[in-house]
Amino acid sequence: MALVTLKPYKEPELYLECNNISPDAFAGKTAAEISELEVREGKTRVRLGDYFEVSGKPGDTAEQTEIHIAGDCSRIKYLGTKMTAGSIKVDGNADMYVGGWMKGGKIHVTGNVHSFCGIAMEGGEITVDGNAENYVGSAYRGDWRGMRGGTIRIRGNAGNDIGTFMLGGTIIIEKNAFIHVSTHAEGGCVVIKGDVEGRVGGQMVKGDIYVLGKIQYMLPGFKKIATVEKEIDGVSARFNHYIGDLGERHPRSKGKEIYANLFVMAS
Amino acid sequence: MAEIIIKNGFVVDPARKINGDVMDIAIKDDKIVEKVGSGAKEIDARGKVVMTGGVDIHAHVAGPKVNVGRLMRPEDKLFKSPNAQAPYRIESGFSIPSTFKTGYDYARMGYAFVMEAAMPPLHSPHVHEEIHDTPIIDQGALPVFANNWFVLEYLKNREIENSAAYTAWLLAATKGYGVKLVNPGGTAAWAWGLNCLTLNDPVPFFDITPAEIISGLMQTNEYLGLPHSIHIHQNSLGTPGNYEITLDSFRLAEGVKANNKFSRDSVMHSTHVQFHSYGGDSWRNFESKAKEVMDYINGQKNITVDLGCVTLDETTTMTADGPFEHHLNQLNHLKWANTDVELETAAGVVPYVYDKDIKVCGIQWAIGLELGLYAKDPMRTFITTDHPNAGPFIRYPRIIKWLMSKKAREETLESMKYTDKVIDATNIHSLDTERTLYEIAQMTRAGPAKALGLSHIFGSLAPGMEANVVVYDLNFNDMPDDPEQIERAFLRSSNFIKSGDIVVKDGDIVSHGNKRTFWVNAKVKENPQVIRDIHEKFLKEYTVGLGNYSVWDCLAPNPYVIDIDVEA
Repeated sequence: MALVTLKPYKEPELYLECNNISPDAFAGKTAAEISELEVREGKTRVRLGDYFEVSGKPGDTAEQTEIHIAGDCSRIKYLGTKMTAGSIKVDGNADMYVGGWMKGGKIHVTGNVHSFCGIAMEGGEITVDGNAENYVGSAYRGDWRGMRGGTIRIRGNAGNDIGTFMLGGTIIIEKNAFIHVSTHAEGGCVVIKGDVEGRVGGQMVKGDIYVLGKIQYMLPGFKKIATVEKEIDGVSARFNHYIGDLGERHPRSKGKEIYANLFVMAS
Repeated sequence: MAEIIIKNGFVVDPARKINGDVMDIAIKDDKIVEKVGSGAKEIDARGKVVMTGGVDIHAHVAGPKVNVGRLMRPEDKLFKSPNAQAPYRIESGFSIPSTFKTGYDYARMGYAFVMEAAMPPLHSPHVHEEIHDTPIIDQGALPVFANNWFVLEYLKNREIENSAAYTAWLLAATKGYGVKLVNPGGTAAWAWGLNCLTLNDPVPFFDITPAEIISGLMQTNEYLGLPHSIHIHQNSLGTPGNYEITLDSFRLAEGVKANNKFSRDSVMHSTHVQFHSYGGDSWRNFESKAKEVMDYINGQKNITVDLGCVTLDETTTMTADGPFEHHLNQLNHLKWANTDVELETAAGVVPYVYDKDIKVCGIQWAIGLELGLYAKDPMRTFITTDHPNAGPFIRYPRIIKWLMSKKAREETLESMKYTDKVIDATNIHSLDTERTLYEIAQMTRAGPAKALGLSHIFGSLAPGMEANVVVYDLNFNDMPDDPEQIERAFLRSSNFIKSGDIVVKDGDIVSHGNKRTFWVNAKVKENPQVIRDIHEKFLKEYTVGLGNYSVWDCLAPNPYVIDIDVEA
């Protein structure tokens, strides 16, 4: 792997939209060329080099390129958008849309991320050591094709609307989540290791949810069918198995209706 | 505006039977003229094709249902909204583009006139506001009539004179251009949760049949002598086996004579026939009946059609055919919007993905093109996509490519997952016809202009016509082997002059032009009964007062009014 280091040296007055910070955009360029890449501050076009000191040299392909942002990205949006390979590491926080529409590679944020982390993701891995705001791994506004693959791991808490319209892949929230988990989902797996307030699996057609803590308010559309032993993300436990959302349309396979599964740790 | 001369292009102008002659086209102000002085601005069109501006007879480009589509589908704009280039406006959206993108994209393709295909009368102010916000292109809008309570009541009693007086009033009130029928009777039935799937299904409450509505409005239209014929979206759209209903409604035009002063010969324009040429009795044995439908059209000279080609894109369907949109939503389970428009109509909106790897979509694609290839009279067969229902209008160049190149059709057919099944259910594979530039000009210019009663303004480069001239980078004598180049040339014209104003240069917009709104003002003898009926219905049934109903003049600030004196 060839390493490129970006060192933020100036805080933007607005937010910077940096779709261009990705191994795909950097691969094969020199540090000077990377500095010239266009990013936007509001409606103004600026250069990446206006805000970051670029050093090192990327690989010839995205796969061989490692990006290290040695500083806080609290005002940087769209890190790693559509990236297909390689890696990005952020020392600190990042703003919205980290790893949006990502197809492969790895992103590691050591601080917190804002909303829309991993939106409409298709593959790859995102790890956030801190908390995430809302819309982790959700679909783009209006779209019915949400996250399709890959893994998002939030080591802290997450807000609302996790995995909306999810079709595949895995989202793991290691602490608590607020409301709306896997709304409208037709696949994929969401694991919440802490508690959730409610609205878990509303209008969910297919897919799995694991809650290792408590759900404060269960939706009435889920029905308990069994208690089962399960292992999920390194934890073995007994879970109450619910199916749902019974108010939603469900596909049939071999004469049986397919439901979404909600596993809540048995107390 | 001043004098312009477009020099040495291959002129294709079917209205004057000119097919690729190397000629100069002269423009003075907003008209085409015989010649201009030596100081005229020169545009070199050597080695390129020169046509008049395109005329789109049917597209949903303005008004409440287009806007519902925009609101409902933010994802239609995602990654498809490039940053604005000063001094022009941001363009956004794909199947439901913003008003600015609509105007710009049509202009880049060299289109001068676009007819908004379905205006709910109650919401006509909104339609005109959007039309006014759409730059460059001239536009008109067709108010919908075939489920309107006034019309249903007059026609049930066979009161053509009253129907005509009401129609004339509504055209003036909405600044409308002509008479649109959408699922006659079926949309009214939708208010009862029902539909009219054949021509003889009675409309609940009104006890009138779709056949009576169609015939009655056809008579009304010819009584008034409007520039355009009735413009009909037939019953049972998009249903396997519906071609028989389509043929039944065509037969209603037999023996009806066109009455107008606009050199229009047709009495019925049947729109998006692709959706109405379906065989089989379910989606399993769904097949093309394009040949049967086009055979009839070929022999019935007083009908015009547009294709409504499926372009194999992700798009947004929207129609005043409320029950159909509900049916579609039950098929694809995506988002659905439904609206009732009081005494007048209804509407629905549902996104749709025409996936080339789904057999039915492949067959639909083939049917649209078959219709275009079987047509014996390109002057009566027009290229559309029923934008955005079967695909966005920016795919017209792609349809032209498919119609002009068997190679392009075969490439698309081969790329499908169910190529063999599509071939079995259609005739597309055996059709070797390749349309010429002359025929394409008939299908996109001379033909629709004539059907709209606008052949004295649009559809030709004859002196005296509106100065709409487009230059396409295609060598008439040496057409490219690669069909993609045909699509590219029609998508971004080299030059487009709209009403004497250069609006496109090398595929880029260079002016906001001078758009106008076309509407028809038919003056009929004062009809006290109809005036009383209007006042009464507005008092009793409408949620708005009569005084707030009509489109204010300020909403259509650049009108082009076609006056008709029916008494004379």
